[in-house]
Formats: sequence, C-alpha cells, structure tokens
Amino acid sequence: MAEKKKTTKTDKKPKAEMMDPKDLTIRVCVGTGGLAAGSSEVINTFYKELDTQGLKAHIEKKCVNKTGCRGFCAKDVLVDVIIDGNLSTYQFIKPEMVSRIVTEHITNGTPVKEWLVGPDYHVFHDKQTKILLKQCGQIDPEDIEAYIGIGGYEGARKALSLKPFEVIEEVKASGLRGRGGAGFLTGLKWEFCRLSKGDPKYIICNADEGDPGAFMDRAIIEGNPHSVIEGMIIGALAIGCETGYVYIRAEYPLAVERLRMALEQAREKNFLGKNIFGSSINFDIGIKLGAGAFVCGESTALMRSIEGKRGMPRPTPPRSVNKGLWNKPTALNNVETFANIPMIITNGAAWYASYGNENNKGTKVFALTGKVKNTGLIEVPLGISLKEIIYDIGGGVEKNRKLKAVQTGGPSGGCIPASHIDMPVDFDSLTKIGSMMGSGGMVVLDDSTCVVDMAKFFLTFTEDESCGKCPPCRIGTKRMLEILTRITEGKGKEGDMELLVELGIDIAQSSLCGLGQAAPNPVLSTIKYFYEEYDAHIRDGICPANVCKALRQYVVSVELCKMCGKCFRVCPAGAISWQPKKKAAIDKVKCIKCGACFEACPFNSIM
Amino acid sequence: MSEDKLKITINGIETRCERGTTILTAARLAGVKIPTLCHDDRLEPYGGCRLCIVQIKGVNRPLPACTTPVSNNMIITTENETLTRMRKNVLELLLSNHPNDCMRCEKTGECELQDLAYKYDVDGKRFEGEMWNLPIREDNPFITYEPNKCILCGRCVRICNEVVMAGTIDLVGRGFNSMPDTAFRKPRTLENCEFCGQCVSTCPTGALTDRKGRGKGRSYEMKKVKTTCSYCGTGCNFYLNVRNNKVIKVTSAYDAPVNEGNLCIKGRYGYDFIHSPERITTPLIRKDGSFHEATWDEALGLIANKFKELIDKYGPEKVGAFSSARCTNEENYLLAKWVRCAIGSNNVDNCARV
Repeated sequence: MAEKKKTTKTDKKPKAEMMDPKDLTIRVCVGTGGLAAGSSEVINTFYKELDTQGLKAHIEKKCVNKTGCRGFCAKDVLVDVIIDGNLSTYQFIKPEMVSRIVTEHITNGTPVKEWLVGPDYHVFHDKQTKILLKQCGQIDPEDIEAYIGIGGYEGARKALSLKPFEVIEEVKASGLRGRGGAGFLTGLKWEFCRLSKGDPKYIICNADEGDPGAFMDRAIIEGNPHSVIEGMIIGALAIGCETGYVYIRAEYPLAVERLRMALEQAREKNFLGKNIFGSSINFDIGIKLGAGAFVCGESTALMRSIEGKRGMPRPTPPRSVNKGLWNKPTALNNVETFANIPMIITNGAAWYASYGNENNKGTKVFALTGKVKNTGLIEVPLGISLKEIIYDIGGGVEKNRKLKAVQTGGPSGGCIPASHIDMPVDFDSLTKIGSMMGSGGMVVLDDSTCVVDMAKFFLTFTEDESCGKCPPCRIGTKRMLEILTRITEGKGKEGDMELLVELGIDIAQSSLCGLGQAAPNPVLSTIKYFYEEYDAHIRDGICPANVCKALRQYVVSVELCKMCGKCFRVCPAGAISWQPKKKAAIDKVKCIKCGACFEACPFNSIM
Repeated sequence: MSEDKLKITINGIETRCERGTTILTAARLAGVKIPTLCHDDRLEPYGGCRLCIVQIKGVNRPLPACTTPVSNNMIITTENETLTRMRKNVLELLLSNHPNDCMRCEKTGECELQDLAYKYDVDGKRFEGEMWNLPIREDNPFITYEPNKCILCGRCVRICNEVVMAGTIDLVGRGFNSMPDTAFRKPRTLENCEFCGQCVSTCPTGALTDRKGRGKGRSYEMKKVKTTCSYCGTGCNFYLNVRNNKVIKVTSAYDAPVNEGNLCIKGRYGYDFIHSPERITTPLIRKDGSFHEATWDEALGLIANKFKELIDKYGPEKVGAFSSARCTNEENYLLAKWVRCAIGSNNVDNCARV
C-alpha cells in the first residue's frame, strides 16, 4: 500500500507542476463552530498536503486563510477553494478528506463533486442580505491588514475629519436602532451623551450575550473584531470620550482572544492610544470579562459590574447617558450596533437607510435555530416576513412537519404562532404581538414541541438568573415556574392559568429591570396563543405534543403492530405483555412513561 | 425661590417641592404616606422592594417613588386598584417565602412587613411553593440572623457599606437563593464585623435582631428612655428599652441631631455595666487604707474642703481640672465653668484633647 501511494505521488509530481494554479486561496472557517468541528486540524493538514504534493510556493504565499463564521455552522468545517478566481465550497470537511481535495481539485483541477455544498447552502446564503456579516467568513479576523485591505478604518478616518455633531447626525439619519433588543435610536443616545454634563465620559460595548441560543455577537467579534473597535472609535469621537470598555462574557474565550489581538494590533497602528490616527485625540479600549451572570447584560448592572460591584440593576432615571459608569455620562451599545457604524460613516446614512422599512432601518442578524432545516446565523433586512426567514432561508421545517410557532428574543421574548407568519420582523411589530426583538434569537417550533414545556424552559433560565434585588422577579418567577412545573406534571389546578396571567402581568409591570419585566413574556404569549394546549394539560391531563413525561400515554396500535417484541425487550418496568406471534399491550399502571418502547418500535405502532 | 419650585399633584393635592426631590419625599411632605420596605432615610434610594410604586400620568408602567425624582406638572397617583393589587401580590410573594411565625417572632409589634400585611390584608397563602429552611445563625454574641425571615430589602447590606463602610456583608447567591451574608459565609467575628448593630437597626423584619434582648419582652412592653451615650463626647442619643426596671436593649433614636439613629458597638451593645453587680453605686471614701461607702453629701463635702485647703495654701492657679471624654459636652462645659468661676483658675483640660 505504502509503495503504491509513493508511486502515485511521484507520478503526480510533474503533473502538479504542470497544473500548478497561479492563484490559489483556501479559506477555512475558524469560528467556534468551525474549530469545534476540527478546522484547525484541517488547516494543518492542508499545509502538510500542499507540502508533500509539491505546492510549497503557495504555502509561502500563505494561501490558507483563516476566516470567521459565515453562519452555516451546521455544515462545518466549511472550506472555500478559490483557484484563479473560481470559487468552490466544500462542506463537512475532515482532515482525512484534505488529501483528495489537494490531489483532485488543486493539482488536477477537478473539484470533488460529492463533497461540495448542496443547493441548500446557496439558498441559505443567497436569500440573505449580507452587509454586516459580509466580511465574516471572508477575511482573516486575526490580521488587521485583512480588515484594512477591504477599506477598514476608513470610517474612523472620515469621522475624524468631521465634527462630532456631524457624526451624530449621520448616525441619526441612518435610522440605526440599538441591536441589543430595546431598539433605541443610536444617534439620539449619542447626542444625549454628548450634551450631558460630566467629565470624563465613557463608551461601552455590551458583549455579554447571554440569551440561550443567541450567538450573533460572538460571531461578529470572532469573525471581524476590528469592525466593532472601529465603531467604538467613531462613537468615542461623537460623544467625546477617551476611555471605552468592552464587557464580554468569559464564556467566549475565542472572541476574547481575537478581541485582545485586534486591540493590540490597533494600538500598534496607532488607531488606539494617544493621538490616534495622528490627531490630537486620545482613545483606548479596555476589556472587562463578565463572570457568567445573565443580568449583567442589563446596562446598569453591567456598569456596576465594571465598577467591581455585584451586578445588580438600578432603577432609571437617571439614565446612563447622564449618570452611567462611575456616575459619569456613558453611552452603551451592543456589539452589532457598533459593527454597523463604520459602514454608515463610510457609505453614508442614505445607503444604510435603503435597507429595512420605515422605522426599522438596516439589517439584523438572527440566530436561526430549532426545528428548521437550515440552522445558523442569518442576516436579513428589517421588515422581512417571518415566512421568508423560515421557508426561504431556513428551508422549511425539519422533517417537513407542521410549523407551530416561532420564539423570538430568547427568554425575554415571546412566542409567535404560525398564523402570524406573514408579519414583518422588526422592533415595533414584534413588540406589538407580545414578543420582542431581543438580541436576535429565533427558535422555530414544530408540532412536536409542547409550548408549556418550552415556556417552562425559558422561565427556568430567567428564574435562575434573577439577581434577587426585587421580589416580583426573584420570587414571582419562582412561583410561576412552580405553577408551570405542576402543570407539566399533570398536577395543574383550575385557575392556574388565570393565576399565571395575573402574576405575569404584575411581574412585567412592577419588576425593576428588563430581565424581570420581560421574564413572563414566554408564558403570557403562549397562554395567549395556545390556551387550549394549557387547558389540555390541566383539565384533560394530556400533553397534545406528547412531550411532558408525566402526561404521556403510550398505547400499541393493533393495526400497526408486527409482533416483533422489541418493545417488550426494552421496557425497563415490565409493563409490556407480549408473546411470539401475539400483539404487544402496555399496562398503564406499570408503565413509567420512559418512552423506550416508542423509540424501539420500528413500525411506529406505539403512540 | 418659590419660582424654582416644581408644581406637582399627588392624589389630587397640588403641592410644590424643590427640584431633585424624590416622589417619596414629596409625598411625605404633602402628608401622603407611601408604603415601602427598602427605604431608610440614612441610605441611598434603592428601588428594590417595589412597594412604593406609583402611577404617573403619561408613563406606561408604575415607577418606584423612592428613586424617581419629581418633574414639573407631574401628576402622581399613589393608591388605586391596580397599585393595590400589585402591592398585595408583592407582599404575597414575600410572605410565600417567610415563616409567618409572628406569634413568637422577636420583631412582632415593630415589624414593617407585619404592618404592611395588616394594612393590605395579606395572609401569604396565595402562592404555595418552596420556602427557605435555613438554620438560625447565632455565631456571635450580639447579632442573631434568621435568614428565613429576610426579605432581601438590602438595607443591612447598604448600611454596612454606605454608612459604616465596614463591608461585612453583601448579597450572595443568585435568584431565589440570594441572601445577605458575610464573605464566604463565615461567622461574624471582630475580624470581619464591627458589631455596631447598624444592620439590626435598619432591618424591617425579624431577620436581624439583638441577641442580648431576645425573649426578654415585646417592643410594646418596653419603656423607652431617651438618653445620651456615656461612652464618648460625640453625644449620640438612643433609647434605653426598659422593662421591669431593667435595661433590655438599646434602640436607635432616628431624630437624634448628632447621630440620626446611627450607633457604634459601645452605644448599642455596651450597656451590661448598668446592671453589673460590680458596679459602684455610691461614693467611696478612703479611711485607714481602705474604701468605705459614703453619701454624696459626705463625699462632696470632703472634696470641697480639700479644695479650699489647697487654694488657701497654694493659691487658685495651682488647681486644675481634667475631665473625661466620656462626659457630654454640657458636662465638660460645666466643669470648665466651675473651675474658672468657683475656683478661679484657667487650668482646664480634657483627655479628648490629644
């Protein structure tokens, strides 16, 4: 075998020289998703293979580029091979597959067809509007030159030539609303901060992305950290401050590392530090690592955390733009907001405002997850319909099941039923329907999802993450969770739903911060749209989606049972009676509802 | 000046107040009482207990009166059906994780939670669920901590950090399990606590109580005697809580001009000497090398005669007086006056001078 391999290699060597492509670029995704799928090993193998197959010249030219996340992590490791401008994209690449790609594609010029991405990859990308994520997945996030090469830091240079109020006016005119969830006009916030009396002022980037299922900010920092830094520089010029902070959660080690690297490179270039870009202005950015508290994503709690105190929110007013960090005027924006800024300054407000609808300008990044065929990170113009997102970009519901609802905004958001699928996705429409934009999580639910169980899941999260300062949130969410738990356990009582609604409204109204005010949303919206499902749990003792374990009822379909006995053998409780050539039957009293028979049955005869 | 004042309307009553005043203070000045559990005048407004929420015309959610500053022409409602329902629910929630054992609770009669439960007719039975079941902490001689009774108003934590600046306690844990405690939940010792009892003085419930006074009488059985602390010249006032002619404990006098209710370990807990059997209760005169009990007349007569002899023999300028820092200002003043006028000397000094 070894001998044979050797001969093939020697055979190909002259061929390789003959077919040697002039211009070769290989792009490998090194976002968290890519790395988890083994992309660093893929990169190493590419270098090794190029070396052994006699393509050293390309290695010297550093032909293998690391790039950030391009959104379709389900297909990782994704590899782009660009030969003389012709792009081929491979999916699910493992190190052992690299050799064949180098041999057949790079040296022989024939792409390995069966490993190329399918039409779903193109559909997923083509239907999106990528302006913010355009560079993620294209440029090397660890190299400032790559960012400068695509026009990076031009926005900051332009902002330096403008007056602060001109920068603010431009951002205001763009209509950019805060991407952290609340949707406050960024330009207006900066204007308030600029006009606020107090010295020094601070600018903070909130990278404490805590929603379960949300990874937009992580992808931006991992994929294009300089865009965030540039956005912060422009913000600092606008409000007039010399110190910025990025509050980033420690659970994002790769993002932290890339951000540190990027800050260091920016300092070396004098884009940060004293007299930035050769001007008389000083500005630098520090990193503060979050210690894993969800509530520290709330702006006032975040500032207390930077001050070294326990991360607990305080009531507003005073607003942070007047009394923020260390009681000084502070502008706090989200990662995605800052990443939008350089484009707005470089291309102009009018260009930016051409995306989106009337009150919701620009694009928004969503983390599309759940029971949808194409999961991943997507960027769409605001105002796009939910239907387009799920069916065009997402490719429809997994296993072609029926769409039940979409949960937006993570644990603070609400459930949108399938009947509202044509609604536009923007700040105002989502709020109107009882959900919210949040940071951009979007979980697709099909008919196998129990909404009570899902509401319970999100409430478990918020209950656990409450800071404990105010009773409605601290004890209220606990009691709501207890009521939900008893409903899913079949112990629900008459009046539980009314109690949930009353408590939910009061918690939303009387809690101190956004966490508590939004915590009941998943429960209130599911009760609003799926009243019958709650009712079935409480009154009939049935979980229509067959998810809640205590309410499951397994029966054998006499028509479908093929008498194989698999269920009998797996049942741990001895609840199934079966004999060869006899149909199985389940003893309801003995059954512990573990679902083992359901999983084991090859004929779907247990239901 | 009155032009600078803001015009506001509280429950239909028009009133004026200074810019920067909170709604809670403005309401109090207008004679309107707003319920609260986390507010203490000695502390920064906190907005935590959500009981002081009020409705402001034009604002879509109720706001806490204790932290919201008034603005001109603000129209405020402090009581209506919705607010009452919300307050009742907050109280129900608090009581759903509270032992509700008022009958044997040390704080009964002066408990702010009890008073509000009474006012809003709340019994704490609406929400069932998990309750704390933590042991009583008596790890030190002065402060008893019953975590189960804590409502997390944060007053103890704030007074320890804002007023005393001792940093002994902070909130630890998260969500339903957050509670005030020392670092690493260690027992209170002189290494981490000053034992000033300020936390006890501000606690609205029976979570923090004076250990020495526990079980020795209800607050309404105590005769409260306002007095000045005898430990130093600061002149802090407090109430001696007296029952059956015995001092049971010391409580704060919030209207005291010097200390505004604040006390240190000596003032709050250093009263054992009052009933000590070793305490000297009459003057003693030394005769033949040993002390003998005497009346005040005998003792003062003796002293006066001795002073006269000294003045006659050496002159008044040879006499001086040195008074104690533990005396009040008034006592020190009287001594100086006496030395100057009665004795005729200017030699007066006090140990607090250094």
